[in-house]
Amino acid sequence: MPQSETLLSPVVDEDGAPFWEYASRGELRIQACARPGCGELRFPPRPCCPHCQSFDSEWRRMSGRGRIWSYVVPHPPLLPAYAKLVPYNAILVELAEAPRIRLAGNLVSAPDAPLNSVPPERLRIGAKVQVVFADLDGVAVPRWVLERP
Amino acid sequence: MAASLKDATAIVGIGQTPFAKRLPESEKTLACRAVLAALDDAGIAPSEVDAFASYTMEETDEVEIAKAIGAGDVTFFSKVGYGGGGSCATVGHLAAAIASGQASVGVAWRSRKRGSGPRPWKNTAVQLPTPAQWTRPFGLLRPADEIAMLARRYMHEYGATRDHLFNVALACRNRANQNPAAIMYERPLTREMYMTSRWISEPLCLFDNCLETDGALACVIVSAERARDCRRTPVYVHSVAQGLPSQHHGMVNYWNDDPLSGPAWTAARHLWKSADFGPHDVDVAQIYDAFTPLIPLSLEGYGFCGRGEGGAFTEGGALEIGGRLPINTGGGGLSEAYVHGFNLINEGVKQLRGTSTAQVPDAATCLVTAGEGVPTSALLLRS
Repeated sequence: MPQSETLLSPVVDEDGAPFWEYASRGELRIQACARPGCGELRFPPRPCCPHCQSFDSEWRRMSGRGRIWSYVVPHPPLLPAYAKLVPYNAILVELAEAPRIRLAGNLVSAPDAPLNSVPPERLRIGAKVQVVFADLDGVAVPRWVLERP
Repeated sequence: MAASLKDATAIVGIGQTPFAKRLPESEKTLACRAVLAALDDAGIAPSEVDAFASYTMEETDEVEIAKAIGAGDVTFFSKVGYGGGGSCATVGHLAAAIASGQASVGVAWRSRKRGSGPRPWKNTAVQLPTPAQWTRPFGLLRPADEIAMLARRYMHEYGATRDHLFNVALACRNRANQNPAAIMYERPLTREMYMTSRWISEPLCLFDNCLETDGALACVIVSAERARDCRRTPVYVHSVAQGLPSQHHGMVNYWNDDPLSGPAWTAARHLWKSADFGPHDVDVAQIYDAFTPLIPLSLEGYGFCGRGEGGAFTEGGALEIGGRLPINTGGGGLSEAYVHGFNLINEGVKQLRGTSTAQVPDAATCLVTAGEGVPTSALLLRS
């Protein structure tokens, strides 16, 4: 199938690869500085720490809890695979442990449910959500479900 | 004393092609037409051009332009990245080159067939690393989706409404209705049309989005000294700034303390620091309007109002002629043409020459901004 007929898979780069490896094990991990005394989280991942310039990093496990910071409901024109799902949602989730780190994702009714499985009127800024992982053509991608559906 | 760019150079020529959904000629031909029109306006021979600047997204490079128009030996050429964020920086780079003696006659241009050509976001093979990995797979496919995300949060946090966004769309459309060159010259906009139009990415509707246009524009920059001998009233480059904020990422930045404070804030700090006047002395502004929410965000960033007041600023006809800050007096990207903001530069020049189709009486100072969200740039022009 041409790429435009399917949802886009993440184009993983060297810096981001660990995120997706942990995702495949069902773990949400964020890169952090590994230098003692610093330890700052950073996202998107990058080679060195913007706070202390250390190249030592680790991937810290997150609880997977967060809140919806904002959301959109896209309508056509869109890539065909997404156009078939309108109105779907795309959300930004601020992580409970690190509100500055906001992950783009989708609010769904169950891990493998489609991007339009939650009616748009259920979306609220501030709603508490929990990460789940869905299989997208062999890649585990984070999705989000309402903590209290 | 350090060299200053303040009023050291001036825009002395502007040129443009027609704007349309589809123009028959190639981007290269359109670029040459716009550049030659700007040189003709300036009364400067193409053989005198020795500097070029454009956007990294410009498909026609300076080699092609120089050999087609018959430029002389070129000693400075530069391209600025980040799509529409580069518009004002093209003028800024030439001003710096000329003020520091690298060149004497500079041409900045943008030619784009965005009306009849492909939509860049449809090309899934060419994506920047950050979006391709962290946002696109989740269906944030287009710039409209990325800005809509900020717009929703902005409305939630500060009480801005769709009526505020409509005020922006309406001001641009009203100016376009005065501008025969504008795509929307004969097409008025009403509140009912706006409120009942189709969604593009909720909370943004069709009229919150810029046009898709074929067209090209150019301008000519020389030293202030030389400008005095040119055919047209010089429009001085008073201050110029680029802005790449600390910890920023490409198109928009969702990963800092406050994603609603974008590159405009960074550019503004430098812009005003180098200027003899402040936001309240600006007679007219040309604010990058790929999407209506960029106007309230930019009004805050450039200091026309406080944090969260950008929506309310648009009330009571503030953006119309006679209002507190008339904006986008040619119609802007929303209603004149979307050519990555270059029409905003040329419209700023027209205002300070006194030749705009929606002239602000006695306009002497103009702010021009580039795309907000992306690493950006801005210009203060004065007559």
